[in-house]
Amino acid sequence: MPLPRLIPCLDVADGRVVKGVRFEQLRDVGDPVELGAAYSDAGADELVFLDITATLDKRAAAVATAARVAEQVTIPFTFGGGIRSVDDATAVLEAGADKVSVNSAALARPELIEELASVLGSQAVVVAIDTEAGRVRSHSATRDASRDTVEWARECQERGAGELLVTSIDRDGTREGYDLELLERIGDAVSLPVIASGGAGNARHVADALGVASAALLASILHEDPQRLVSLRAELKEAGVCLR
Amino acid sequence: MKTVAICRYGAGNVRSVELAVLRLGATLTDDVAGADLAILPGVGSARTAMEGLRERGLDDVLRARTRPTLGICLGLQLALDESEEDGGVAGLGLVPGRAVRIREGRVPRIGWAHVGETAYWFAHSYAAESPAVTATSEGLAAIVEHGPFTGVQFHPEKSGPAGARFLERCLSRV
Repeated sequence: MPLPRLIPCLDVADGRVVKGVRFEQLRDVGDPVELGAAYSDAGADELVFLDITATLDKRAAAVATAARVAEQVTIPFTFGGGIRSVDDATAVLEAGADKVSVNSAALARPELIEELASVLGSQAVVVAIDTEAGRVRSHSATRDASRDTVEWARECQERGAGELLVTSIDRDGTREGYDLELLERIGDAVSLPVIASGGAGNARHVADALGVASAALLASILHEDPQRLVSLRAELKEAGVCLR
Repeated sequence: MKTVAICRYGAGNVRSVELAVLRLGATLTDDVAGADLAILPGVGSARTAMEGLRERGLDDVLRARTRPTLGICLGLQLALDESEEDGGVAGLGLVPGRAVRIREGRVPRIGWAHVGETAYWFAHSYAAESPAVTATSEGLAAIVEHGPFTGVQFHPEKSGPAGARFLERCLSRV
């Protein structure tokens, strides 16, 4: 197995990295290229950029951001948010992203996963699953998607997904630790790599997640501070986690 | 000034290969036949990729090359005789061997893994079985070398400074 991965997640709105509580009161925290490059230098294994806005010219903005990131960042990155078609995904990949992440669009039309996998290859297709109490949520976790989480995970695999990014809504923002039981259940149900998300408060939590998942998504635990990633990596190595 | 041609034949992230080559000071050209180094990047799946190469006549151009060609990821696998992917696809036959589905661990195999002392980034579901393998990563083919063709299963263009150094060595040899 490849080494466990640490993946900082940057929320992007209108070409800027933002921080907000439940998508409200957005605060500008920096430039995606500068922050991405700083995280790369700090030892990030990959990056995830999530476009959280719903502007009309979203695709053009996403492509422009991906292109700018690719010029400066030489580690892999995933782009998510607003990707609804093979054309959307192709544009972002051709700008320099390595993977796309889809969520609500795949729930609305699961065939999208097959279409993306057949044109771009499974390795470029991440399906993000937001889950609460064993059920899938859609539209930034505001709606019940009427699906069982484990069943949806299996379906994503059958349709050609390359990775699952599993966010526990119950834990998101709590800093009480990732939902290990959920990650284990999904990991047992599929043979794809699973990226753990939601609930990280300290290095122990991240180490525990990397025991049951292939990668850990890091959001609020980093406080938008690349130096925090440097110290987190040191703490994880001290705890015996084998990192790059 | 070294010239590099990157084969374009389908949808995917070829831009990062282009940027990596430009950072090393090479000149890009569309002349796959005449470039000092041709790069066959990996985009899409084996079947659509082979169709894309054939439609553009790049299969014959690559077979005719006597100067170095570098295949990256699927680009390595396409150079083999055949691939198990998509129910079986004939490859370019530049390198003896076949691409077979990875049977151990989580697939796709995604992430950083060591090739000797150095970690590079991988993202693949198939791996080469070939007498031309010259380096492995966790028991899977990482580098194949046969005549003017070198194939790498990892993505040097996405492997940070270590990947840049690898590409620099490739360029310095042409």
